[in-house]
Amino acid sequence: MSAFPPLLRRAWPLAAIAAILAALAAAFAWTASWIGGPRLTAQRVTDAIEAGNGRIHPGFRRAHAKGVCVTGHFASNGAGAPLTRAGMLAAGATTPVLGRLSIAGGDPHAPDATTRVRSMALLLAGADGQQWRMAMNNFPFFAVSTPQGFYDQAVANRPDPATGKPDPAKMAELLRRHPEIKRFQQWAKTAPWADSWGNTGFNGVNAFRFTDAAGRVHFVRWSMRPRLAFAAMDKAKRAGAEADYLADDLQARLANGPLRWGLVLHVAAPGDPINDPSRAWPADRQQIVAGTLVLDAAQDQAEGACRDINYDPTVLPDGIRPSDDPVLAARASVYAQSYNRREREIARGQAPKTAHRESAR
Amino acid sequence: MNASNHFNVLARVLHWTMAAAILAMLFIGVAMVASLGQREWLIALHRPLGFAILLLALLRLGNRLRHAPPPLPADLPRWQARAAHASHWLLYALMLAMPLLGWAMLSAGGFPVQMTPALQLPPIAPRDPVLYAWLRSAHGGLAYALFATVLAHLAAALFHAWVRHDDVFASMARGAPRPIPDDRPD
Repeated sequence: MSAFPPLLRRAWPLAAIAAILAALAAAFAWTASWIGGPRLTAQRVTDAIEAGNGRIHPGFRRAHAKGVCVTGHFASNGAGAPLTRAGMLAAGATTPVLGRLSIAGGDPHAPDATTRVRSMALLLAGADGQQWRMAMNNFPFFAVSTPQGFYDQAVANRPDPATGKPDPAKMAELLRRHPEIKRFQQWAKTAPWADSWGNTGFNGVNAFRFTDAAGRVHFVRWSMRPRLAFAAMDKAKRAGAEADYLADDLQARLANGPLRWGLVLHVAAPGDPINDPSRAWPADRQQIVAGTLVLDAAQDQAEGACRDINYDPTVLPDGIRPSDDPVLAARASVYAQSYNRREREIARGQAPKTAHRESAR
Repeated sequence: MNASNHFNVLARVLHWTMAAAILAMLFIGVAMVASLGQREWLIALHRPLGFAILLLALLRLGNRLRHAPPPLPADLPRWQARAAHASHWLLYALMLAMPLLGWAMLSAGGFPVQMTPALQLPPIAPRDPVLYAWLRSAHGGLAYALFATVLAHLAAALFHAWVRHDDVFASMARGAPRPIPDDRPD
């Protein structure tokens, strides 16, 4: 070492320090997905949804942008208590609900009859501070089985600038890579459209891990089964429907009294696909009606509580946890992105159409 | 050599425990906001670990105010001494602020501040979307500032150890040597 000139003796430690710092910074950047090749991240999926929407509607949700806030309560009958220790499913428990009924798509002003998919999101606010957030849809199973499938679908669905329609070659490639989408397309083509949110059934297509008081685990999917009889709306009627007929219908129905759904718990049997929301479970699985959802009021989404709620389906009470379903995990990540983006737009005053409360200050 | 040339044992234990915890938190934080698959367990770790860091930071601040740290070498250039003091107080400020911002941000967003599936902290900020948005941005932005400060701190510590060969790194790395004859060549 003594042969090294003094400058070099000083340079080696400095180089080592620089290398350590660079390695840490690189590890940090890799962990954040800033470097190391394009990986599918929450940001990229949200960007793909925004791109599919064609433009950003500031302050609105990136998906299911059009909807109304609803309020009510959930009354548990105790039938679900053997599956979970969650207090909200104990016998006699009544839990306030802040919810939202919506249609799919990123345009907050889309005519209701243009969209096949409808949804119900709920936040059950337990007395002990525990929350149960749900995000359900009228489809019986999810279109894809993985987040990659969701992303690929969002990209393939993007209209070709030349034709204004999705590129058929890209759609064919999508179906080759994610053949489960064909099942969803079949449902979308054949299932009748309901004429109201109130007579629509909603399915939380992901499985959840319920833990009962004895510590036993049960895998459960749930759905909301309407008390109102299904009434179909055919193509001709849809063509003549008002742009906001779902909200108008909801207000008219609520003026006559609350709307009700039964919470149905579907219990998996061994071998049922827990991790794949694109595959329905057999119809003969045990179904337990665990209580009644009662919705008695609706509010414009710019004014109601639902605007500032992220219906993250992984916010769950003790006794219910997410399953290993990768789509469920990805929903939580992407919803958080969407939520942060729109709340920032509202905070910066970029969202006049949703910012009633702020502008009143 | 006397004990005042070294940080006391509580300061050293807190320093190295928190160094590992804070570095882990920074990596967990950037991973969980990007990841599509690992968010749930990462965030379930992020919240209680953040609260633990807040408690440890308070303990550490108390210890720091009660026990003066060893003096910096007398021959240290003035700007380096100033940078050392400023960065140490910046680190204290950030390790107290980051958990509080995270806690307040969840409160303002209406999220339950879950420590374990059954145990949660009360909200410390009003439910307010504008407040949420600013707190969320502050929590994220200051995390990058904290990571940069940690890197600068690490670089300075190694500079003392490997370039200046002074006692600064040793004062945090180990306790005062026992009073036995030291026959190593200097």
